[in-house]
Amino acid sequence: MACISADGTLTASARKILEALSESATPEEIVHVTGLPLFRVRSGLREMAQAGLVEEKEGHYSLTESGKQKL
Amino acid sequence: MSTEVTEVVKPVGLPRLNEPAPDFEAVTTHGVIRLSDYRGRWLILFSHPADFTPVCTTEFIAFAEIYPELQKRGVDLLGLSIDSVYSHIAWVRNIKEKTGVEIPFPIIADLNKEVATLYGMIMPGESKTETSRCVFVIDPDGILRAMIYYPLTTGRNMHEVLRLVDALQTTDKYKVATPANWKPGDKVIVPAPRTLEEAEERVKAGYECTDWYLCKKEL
Repeated sequence: MACISADGTLTASARKILEALSESATPEEIVHVTGLPLFRVRSGLREMAQAGLVEEKEGHYSLTESGKQKL
Repeated sequence: MSTEVTEVVKPVGLPRLNEPAPDFEAVTTHGVIRLSDYRGRWLILFSHPADFTPVCTTEFIAFAEIYPELQKRGVDLLGLSIDSVYSHIAWVRNIKEKTGVEIPFPIIADLNKEVATLYGMIMPGESKTETSRCVFVIDPDGILRAMIYYPLTTGRNMHEVLRLVDALQTTDKYKVATPANWKPGDKVIVPAPRTLEEAEERVKAGYECTDWYLCKKEL
Protein backbone atom coordinates (compact mmCIF):
# COMPACT_ATOMS: atom_id res chain seq x y z
CA MET A 1 0.00 0.00 0.00
CA ALA A 2 1.17 3.49 -0.72
CA CYS A 3 0.17 5.14 2.55
CA ILE A 4 0.32 2.42 5.14
CA SER A 5 3.32 0.08 5.10
CA ALA A 6 3.00 -3.65 5.69
CA ASP A 7 4.08 -3.15 9.31
CA GLY A 8 1.28 -0.61 9.86
CA THR A 9 3.45 2.51 9.85
CA LEU A 10 2.62 5.52 7.71
CA THR A 11 4.67 6.40 4.65
CA ALA A 12 6.13 9.91 4.44
CA SER A 13 3.50 11.08 1.96
CA ALA A 14 0.68 9.68 4.10
CA ARG A 15 2.02 11.56 7.10
CA LYS A 16 2.13 14.74 5.01
CA ILE A 17 -1.52 14.29 4.06
CA LEU A 18 -2.61 13.63 7.64
CA GLU A 19 -0.61 16.61 8.93
CA ALA A 20 -2.41 18.81 6.39
CA LEU A 21 -5.71 17.84 7.99
CA SER A 22 -5.46 19.90 11.17
CA GLU A 23 -8.72 21.32 9.81
CA SER A 24 -10.99 19.58 7.33
CA ALA A 25 -9.86 20.13 3.75
CA THR A 26 -10.59 19.19 0.15
CA PRO A 27 -8.05 17.17 -1.86
CA GLU A 28 -7.18 20.33 -3.80
CA GLU A 29 -6.46 22.22 -0.56
CA ILE A 30 -4.23 19.35 0.61
CA VAL A 31 -2.35 19.52 -2.70
CA HIS A 32 -1.75 23.21 -2.05
CA VAL A 33 -0.37 22.58 1.45
CA THR A 34 1.67 19.43 0.77
CA GLY A 35 2.85 19.91 -2.81
CA LEU A 36 1.85 16.31 -3.54
CA PRO A 37 0.23 15.53 -6.91
CA LEU A 38 -3.58 15.54 -6.94
CA PHE A 39 -3.83 11.86 -7.95
CA ARG A 40 -1.55 10.93 -5.05
CA VAL A 41 -3.66 12.88 -2.54
CA ARG A 42 -6.92 11.38 -3.81
CA SER A 43 -5.62 7.81 -3.81
CA GLY A 44 -3.99 8.32 -0.41
CA LEU A 45 -7.17 9.71 1.12
CA ARG A 46 -9.13 6.76 -0.25
CA GLU A 47 -6.69 4.29 1.26
CA MET A 48 -6.64 6.08 4.62
CA ALA A 49 -10.44 6.35 4.65
CA GLN A 50 -10.62 2.57 4.18
CA ALA A 51 -8.18 2.21 7.09
CA GLY A 52 -10.37 4.46 9.25
CA LEU A 53 -7.78 7.24 9.58
CA VAL A 54 -9.77 9.93 7.77
CA GLU A 55 -13.41 10.49 6.98
CA GLU A 56 -15.09 12.36 4.15
CA LYS A 57 -18.13 14.59 4.32
CA GLU A 58 -19.33 16.51 1.26
CA GLY A 59 -15.91 16.50 -0.37
CA HIS A 60 -14.05 17.59 2.78
CA TYR A 61 -11.75 15.24 4.64
CA SER A 62 -10.95 15.28 8.36
CA LEU A 63 -9.00 13.13 10.79
CA THR A 64 -10.73 10.42 12.80
CA GLU A 65 -9.62 9.59 16.34
CA SER A 66 -7.46 6.78 14.89
CA GLY A 67 -5.96 9.25 12.43
CA LYS A 68 -5.10 11.68 15.24
CA GLN A 69 -3.45 8.87 17.20
CA LYS A 70 -1.29 7.96 14.20
CA LEU A 71 0.30 11.40 14.19
CA MET B 1 -18.63 -33.10 -38.80
CA SER B 2 -15.27 -31.57 -38.04
CA THR B 3 -13.88 -32.03 -34.53
CA GLU B 4 -11.17 -29.40 -35.02
CA VAL B 5 -11.03 -26.95 -32.14
CA THR B 6 -10.43 -23.41 -33.21
CA GLU B 7 -9.21 -20.71 -30.87
CA VAL B 8 -11.93 -18.21 -30.11
CA VAL B 9 -10.48 -14.74 -30.43
CA LYS B 10 -12.55 -12.31 -28.44
CA PRO B 11 -12.77 -9.07 -30.40
CA VAL B 12 -11.36 -6.14 -28.49
CA GLY B 13 -12.56 -2.69 -29.35
CA LEU B 14 -10.48 0.43 -29.16
CA PRO B 15 -11.67 3.31 -27.05
CA ARG B 16 -13.21 6.11 -29.04
CA LEU B 17 -12.19 9.72 -29.31
CA ASN B 18 -14.38 12.31 -27.61
CA GLU B 19 -15.98 9.70 -25.37
CA PRO B 20 -15.23 9.10 -21.67
CA ALA B 21 -11.96 7.21 -21.26
CA PRO B 22 -12.63 3.76 -19.74
CA ASP B 23 -12.33 3.93 -15.96
CA PHE B 24 -10.08 1.57 -14.04
CA GLU B 25 -8.47 0.92 -10.69
CA ALA B 26 -4.94 -0.43 -10.91
CA VAL B 27 -1.89 -1.27 -8.84
CA THR B 28 0.95 1.12 -9.64
CA THR B 29 4.40 2.00 -8.35
CA HIS B 30 2.65 4.83 -6.45
CA GLY B 31 -0.10 2.69 -4.91
CA VAL B 32 -3.60 1.85 -6.11
CA ILE B 33 -4.78 4.52 -8.54
CA ARG B 34 -8.09 5.10 -10.32
CA LEU B 35 -8.42 7.01 -13.55
CA SER B 36 -10.83 9.35 -11.73
CA ASP B 37 -7.99 10.37 -9.38
CA TYR B 38 -6.76 12.50 -12.29
CA ARG B 39 -10.04 14.36 -12.82
CA GLY B 40 -9.34 18.09 -13.19
CA ARG B 41 -5.89 17.45 -14.75
CA TRP B 42 -4.81 16.35 -18.21
CA LEU B 43 -3.39 12.83 -18.31
CA ILE B 44 -1.18 10.96 -20.74
CA LEU B 45 -1.71 7.24 -20.22
CA PHE B 46 0.93 5.32 -22.14
CA SER B 47 1.98 1.71 -22.46
CA HIS B 48 5.35 0.13 -23.16
CA PRO B 49 6.08 -3.49 -24.12
CA ALA B 50 8.23 -4.58 -21.18
CA ASP B 51 10.54 -3.44 -18.40
CA PHE B 52 14.31 -3.85 -18.83
CA THR B 53 14.14 -3.61 -22.63
CA PRO B 54 16.24 -1.15 -24.65
CA VAL B 55 13.73 0.94 -26.60
CA CYS B 56 11.44 1.24 -23.55
CA THR B 57 14.34 2.42 -21.42
CA THR B 58 15.15 5.21 -23.89
CA GLU B 59 11.47 6.16 -23.94
CA PHE B 60 11.19 6.29 -20.15
CA ILE B 61 14.21 8.56 -19.97
CA ALA B 62 12.65 10.73 -22.69
CA PHE B 63 9.27 10.84 -20.91
CA ALA B 64 11.08 11.85 -17.71
CA GLU B 65 12.84 14.62 -19.65
CA ILE B 66 9.59 16.16 -20.90
CA TYR B 67 7.84 15.66 -17.55
CA PRO B 68 8.58 19.23 -16.33
CA GLU B 69 7.19 20.66 -19.58
CA LEU B 70 4.08 18.50 -19.23
CA GLN B 71 3.62 19.61 -15.64
CA LYS B 72 3.74 23.26 -16.77
CA ARG B 73 0.81 22.40 -19.04
CA GLY B 74 -1.14 20.68 -16.25
CA VAL B 75 -0.46 17.21 -17.66
CA ASP B 76 0.33 14.08 -15.61
CA LEU B 77 1.93 10.90 -16.93
CA LEU B 78 0.92 7.33 -16.16
CA GLY B 79 2.83 4.39 -17.65
CA LEU B 80 1.68 0.79 -18.08
CA SER B 81 3.04 -2.61 -19.01
CA ILE B 82 2.21 -6.24 -18.36
CA ASP B 83 4.85 -6.59 -15.67
CA SER B 84 4.71 -6.88 -11.89
CA VAL B 85 5.06 -3.89 -9.62
CA TYR B 86 8.31 -5.43 -8.32
CA SER B 87 9.69 -5.50 -11.87
CA HIS B 88 8.66 -1.85 -12.33
CA ILE B 89 10.33 -0.85 -9.05
CA ALA B 90 13.54 -2.71 -9.96
CA TRP B 91 13.61 -1.16 -13.45
CA VAL B 92 12.97 2.40 -12.22
CA ARG B 93 15.74 1.96 -9.63
CA ASN B 94 18.03 0.54 -12.32
CA ILE B 95 17.40 3.49 -14.65
CA LYS B 96 18.28 5.88 -11.84
CA GLU B 97 21.39 3.93 -10.92
CA LYS B 98 22.68 3.58 -14.48
CA THR B 99 21.65 6.91 -15.99
CA GLY B 100 20.90 9.22 -13.07
CA VAL B 101 17.38 9.81 -14.40
CA GLU B 102 14.56 9.63 -11.87
CA ILE B 103 11.20 8.41 -13.19
CA PRO B 104 8.75 10.76 -11.50
CA PHE B 105 5.45 9.23 -12.63
CA PRO B 106 3.60 6.03 -11.60
CA ILE B 107 3.56 2.86 -13.71
CA ILE B 108 0.62 0.45 -13.77
CA ALA B 109 1.46 -3.20 -13.14
CA ASP B 110 -1.16 -4.66 -15.46
CA LEU B 111 -0.39 -8.34 -14.95
CA ASN B 112 -4.00 -9.40 -15.60
CA LYS B 113 -4.11 -7.21 -18.77
CA GLU B 114 -7.28 -5.54 -17.51
CA VAL B 115 -6.38 -1.97 -18.44
CA ALA B 116 -4.49 -3.05 -21.56
CA THR B 117 -7.61 -4.83 -22.79
CA LEU B 118 -9.89 -1.90 -21.92
CA TYR B 119 -7.74 0.41 -24.02
CA GLY B 120 -6.90 -1.99 -26.85
CA MET B 121 -3.18 -1.79 -26.10
CA ILE B 122 -2.38 -5.37 -27.12
CA MET B 123 -1.90 -5.98 -30.82
CA PRO B 124 -1.77 -9.79 -31.17
CA GLY B 125 -0.18 -9.44 -34.61
CA GLU B 126 2.81 -7.89 -32.82
CA SER B 127 2.72 -9.68 -29.49
CA LYS B 128 0.10 -11.45 -27.39
CA THR B 129 1.98 -10.86 -24.17
CA GLU B 130 3.18 -7.27 -24.50
CA THR B 131 1.46 -3.95 -24.95
CA SER B 132 2.33 -1.89 -28.00
CA ARG B 133 3.57 1.68 -27.62
CA CYS B 134 0.25 3.46 -27.12
CA VAL B 135 -0.43 7.01 -25.98
CA PHE B 136 -3.85 8.17 -24.78
CA VAL B 137 -4.41 11.85 -24.05
CA ILE B 138 -7.26 12.32 -21.59
CA ASP B 139 -8.61 15.77 -20.74
CA PRO B 140 -9.54 17.16 -17.29
CA ASP B 141 -13.14 15.97 -17.77
CA GLY B 142 -11.98 12.39 -18.37
CA ILE B 143 -12.66 12.52 -22.12
CA LEU B 144 -10.30 10.68 -24.45
CA ARG B 145 -8.98 13.33 -26.81
CA ALA B 146 -6.20 11.67 -28.79
CA MET B 147 -4.53 8.32 -29.37
CA ILE B 148 -1.18 7.40 -30.89
CA TYR B 149 -0.07 3.83 -31.61
CA TYR B 150 3.55 2.93 -32.36
CA PRO B 151 4.90 -0.56 -33.04
CA LEU B 152 7.27 -2.42 -30.72
CA THR B 153 10.31 -1.48 -32.77
CA THR B 154 9.81 2.28 -32.88
CA GLY B 155 10.40 4.62 -29.96
CA ARG B 156 7.98 7.51 -29.65
CA ASN B 157 8.74 11.13 -30.48
CA MET B 158 8.39 13.26 -27.35
CA HIS B 159 8.30 16.48 -29.38
CA GLU B 160 5.15 15.14 -31.02
CA VAL B 161 3.64 14.24 -27.63
CA LEU B 162 4.23 17.79 -26.41
CA ARG B 163 3.02 19.28 -29.70
CA LEU B 164 -0.17 17.23 -29.51
CA VAL B 165 -0.88 18.47 -25.98
CA ASP B 166 -0.20 22.06 -27.07
CA ALA B 167 -2.53 21.67 -30.06
CA LEU B 168 -5.37 20.19 -27.98
CA GLN B 169 -5.07 22.86 -25.31
CA THR B 170 -4.91 25.61 -27.94
CA THR B 171 -8.02 24.20 -29.62
CA ASP B 172 -9.88 24.19 -26.30
CA LYS B 173 -8.79 27.68 -25.31
CA TYR B 174 -9.36 29.50 -28.60
CA LYS B 175 -11.92 27.28 -30.37
CA VAL B 176 -9.68 26.87 -33.40
CA ALA B 177 -8.06 24.00 -35.28
CA THR B 178 -4.37 23.54 -36.02
CA PRO B 179 -2.86 22.86 -39.44
CA ALA B 180 -0.30 20.24 -40.43
CA ASN B 181 3.03 20.60 -38.63
CA TRP B 182 1.60 23.33 -36.42
CA LYS B 183 3.62 24.38 -33.43
CA PRO B 184 2.96 27.03 -30.77
CA GLY B 185 3.33 30.51 -32.26
CA ASP B 186 2.19 29.44 -35.74
CA LYS B 187 -1.08 30.64 -37.26
CA VAL B 188 -4.15 28.57 -36.47
CA ILE B 189 -7.10 27.58 -38.61
CA VAL B 190 -10.45 29.27 -38.18
CA PRO B 191 -13.09 26.52 -38.17
CA ALA B 192 -14.66 26.12 -41.60
CA PRO B 193 -17.96 27.97 -42.09
CA ARG B 194 -21.06 25.78 -42.11
CA THR B 195 -23.48 28.07 -43.91
CA LEU B 196 -23.31 30.22 -47.03
CA GLU B 197 -23.83 33.31 -44.90
CA GLU B 198 -20.88 32.36 -42.65
CA ALA B 199 -18.74 31.70 -45.73
CA GLU B 200 -19.42 35.16 -47.14
CA GLU B 201 -18.79 36.82 -43.78
CA ARG B 202 -15.58 34.84 -43.40
CA VAL B 203 -14.03 36.34 -46.51
CA LYS B 204 -14.68 39.85 -45.19
CA ALA B 205 -13.48 39.12 -41.66
CA GLY B 206 -9.84 39.98 -42.32
CA TYR B 207 -8.43 36.49 -41.91
CA GLU B 208 -5.64 35.18 -44.11
CA CYS B 209 -7.80 33.12 -46.49
CA THR B 210 -6.64 30.83 -49.29
CA ASP B 211 -10.31 30.40 -50.06
CA TRP B 212 -13.54 30.65 -48.04
CA TYR B 213 -12.97 27.22 -46.41
CA LEU B 214 -9.30 27.66 -45.48
CA CYS B 215 -8.63 30.70 -43.34
CA LYS B 216 -5.87 31.23 -40.82
CA LYS B 217 -5.27 33.78 -38.10
CA GLU B 218 -2.67 34.71 -35.50
CA LEU B 219 -3.53 34.09 -31.90
